[in-house]
Amino acid sequence: MSDLNQLTIAEARDAMRAGKMSSQELTEACLTAIEGAGALNAFVHDSADLAREMARAADQRIRAGDGAAMTGIPLGVKDLFCTRGVTTQAASRILEGFTPQYESTVTQNLWDAGAVMLGKLNMDEFAMGSSNETSVYGKSVNPWKVDDRELTPGGSSGGSAAAVAADLCLAATGTDTGGSIRQPAAFTGTVGLKPTYGRVSRWGTIAFASSLDQAGPMTKTVRDAAIMLGAMASVDDKDSTCAEIPVPDFEAALTGDIRGKKIGIPREYRMDGLSDEIDALWQKGADMLRDAGAEIVEISLPHTKYALPAYYVIAPAEASSNLARYDGVRYGRRATLGQGDGIVEMYEKTRAEGFGAEVQRRVMIGTYVLSAGFYDAYYNRARRVRALIKRDFDQAYADGVDAILTPATPSAAFGLGDMAQKDPVEMYLNDVFTVTVNLAGLPGISVPVGLDGQGLPLGLQLIGRPFEEGELLNHAYVLERAAGFASKPARWW
Amino acid sequence: MSITEDEARKVAHLARIAVEDAHLPALAAELNSILHFMEQLSEVDVKGVEPMTGVTPMRLKRREDVVTDGGHPEKVLANAPDARQGFFAVPKVVE
Repeated sequence: MSDLNQLTIAEARDAMRAGKMSSQELTEACLTAIEGAGALNAFVHDSADLAREMARAADQRIRAGDGAAMTGIPLGVKDLFCTRGVTTQAASRILEGFTPQYESTVTQNLWDAGAVMLGKLNMDEFAMGSSNETSVYGKSVNPWKVDDRELTPGGSSGGSAAAVAADLCLAATGTDTGGSIRQPAAFTGTVGLKPTYGRVSRWGTIAFASSLDQAGPMTKTVRDAAIMLGAMASVDDKDSTCAEIPVPDFEAALTGDIRGKKIGIPREYRMDGLSDEIDALWQKGADMLRDAGAEIVEISLPHTKYALPAYYVIAPAEASSNLARYDGVRYGRRATLGQGDGIVEMYEKTRAEGFGAEVQRRVMIGTYVLSAGFYDAYYNRARRVRALIKRDFDQAYADGVDAILTPATPSAAFGLGDMAQKDPVEMYLNDVFTVTVNLAGLPGISVPVGLDGQGLPLGLQLIGRPFEEGELLNHAYVLERAAGFASKPARWW
Repeated sequence: MSITEDEARKVAHLARIAVEDAHLPALAAELNSILHFMEQLSEVDVKGVEPMTGVTPMRLKRREDVVTDGGHPEKVLANAPDARQGFFAVPKVVE
C-alpha cells in the first residue's frame, strides 16, 4: 500500500486488524506528509517522538487482540485541547510556552482508545475567527487552490480542516462554538460534526463560550465521524454540563436507510443574497434525500435572523468572563513591567500584548454587555432571544421533522486577506447557517456535496435532534453516498 | 446607544486591557459598529420569555463535598511566569 496517510479511519482500522499494515507504518506516512506540508502551516507543535511511541504501543495492543476502533489511528489535535507535556496555547501569545500538566478528557479518551497524537493544529486565537487569520502562529492555508491566491481553510478549526483535507492525518479534533467545525469542513471538502451540547466533555478544553462550546471530530468520511465521536464522547464527572447519557455505537446507526424520514427545509435560511450556486446545491441535496425515500417538508424557524446578533452578545459575554483568567500570574506570558508598575498595570499590559485584536475586541464587547446598566438591554435580551431560537427548533421536531437540511456556509472558501479591510461584522456573517445550532445546543454536521464553478468544495449542513447523533450521522451517510464527493485538492504544497 | 471615547476607555479598563489614547477613537468606532449590529435584537418581542441559561433540561450534577484532587503544588506552579517558595509572585498589590 502506498500513501497510507490517505486512508480513512475505517480503512486503516480494518487493514491493521487484518495485519496488513502497522500503526508505526501509518504514523510514519503521516509524519512524512506533515514534514512536506510546511506551506499549509497546519501543524504548529509536533510531537513526533510521542507519536512513534504511541504507535508502537498501539501495534502491541492490536497484536494482543485488544485493539479498539481508534487503536493505532494517527490524529491531529486542535491547539485548544490541553495535552500533557505538549505545548498548548490556543494560538494565543498570552499562553506562550504553556505546557499543560494534565490531559483534556477528549484527548485522554482518544489515547485510551489507542489513537496516536501527531501534534497540535493551528486555529484562530481562542477559537475566535472564521478564517484562521487571528492565530499567533500565522494563517493556516487551505490545500484547495484554483489560482494564485491562497485561500482560507476556514476557522476557527482551520488547521484541523487543512490537515485532514491534505491527508496529513487520518482525522483531527475540532471545537465548534458558532460553526468552527462545520465551516472549515465545508471549505475543505471534509466532514465536520458538532455533537449535541453535553455529549462531549469540555474538561481540559480551553474555554471560549462555555454554554456554546462543543468538541467534535473532523474526518474524511461520515463513517469516520461516527467512529471517532464514539471514542471522544463519554460521561464525565469533571464537566458538570456533560450529559449522563450513555454513548451508543454511532457506527452501527449507519444503515443507509432513511425511508419515511421527514427532512425539514427552513424557509428563513433562503436569505437575501444567497448565491444561486449554494441554492442549487441545497436543492440538489434535498432531491438526493427524497430519492432515498425521505419526505421533504418546508418548515419555519422564524427567529433565525436574530441568531447572529444574539450569538455576538452571548459568546463575547461568556468569553470576557472565561478569558479573565489570563492575567500574567498563573500561566503563560507576563508583560515586562516598568518602574513603579503595580498589579493593575501588570494585568493591563499583559493582556494588551498577549491578546490579538479580535480577542481584545470580543473581550471588550463582552465586558460592555455585562456591565451595569447594559446587562438587561443586551445580555438578558439576547438570552431571551436564544430561548425563542431553541423554541423554533423544538417546534419543528415536535411536528415530526427528523432532520433539517441547510447550506453550511454562504460561500466557498475565500481568499486569505480578503476580509482584512472589512468590518468585523462581515466576518461574523460566515456563521449565519451554523450559529443557530450552537444556540439551540443541537447536533449538526457538514457534509461535502459538490464543487462550485471555480472547482472549490461546498458543503451542506444537516441538523439533528438532541442526543441523536446516530440518526443524524445516518442521514449524513445517505447524503454523502448520493453526492459521491470524491475530489481531492491537487498537491501544490 | 453609542460608545464615546470616554466609555471606550472605561470598558478597556474594566476588561484590564491597556489601550493607548490615540487608539480610542478607532476602538469606539469598532465597538459601535458591533453594537449597532446587535440593535436588531430590540425588534424581537421577548415578553414573558425567560432568559435561557442552559440548552439541556438537566439539573446540575451534585456530589459529596469532599476533596477529589490536590496536593500538586509543583504542578500548579509549573507554568507560572514568576513563582517563589511555593507561591505565585506578583508586583506590590497594597498601595
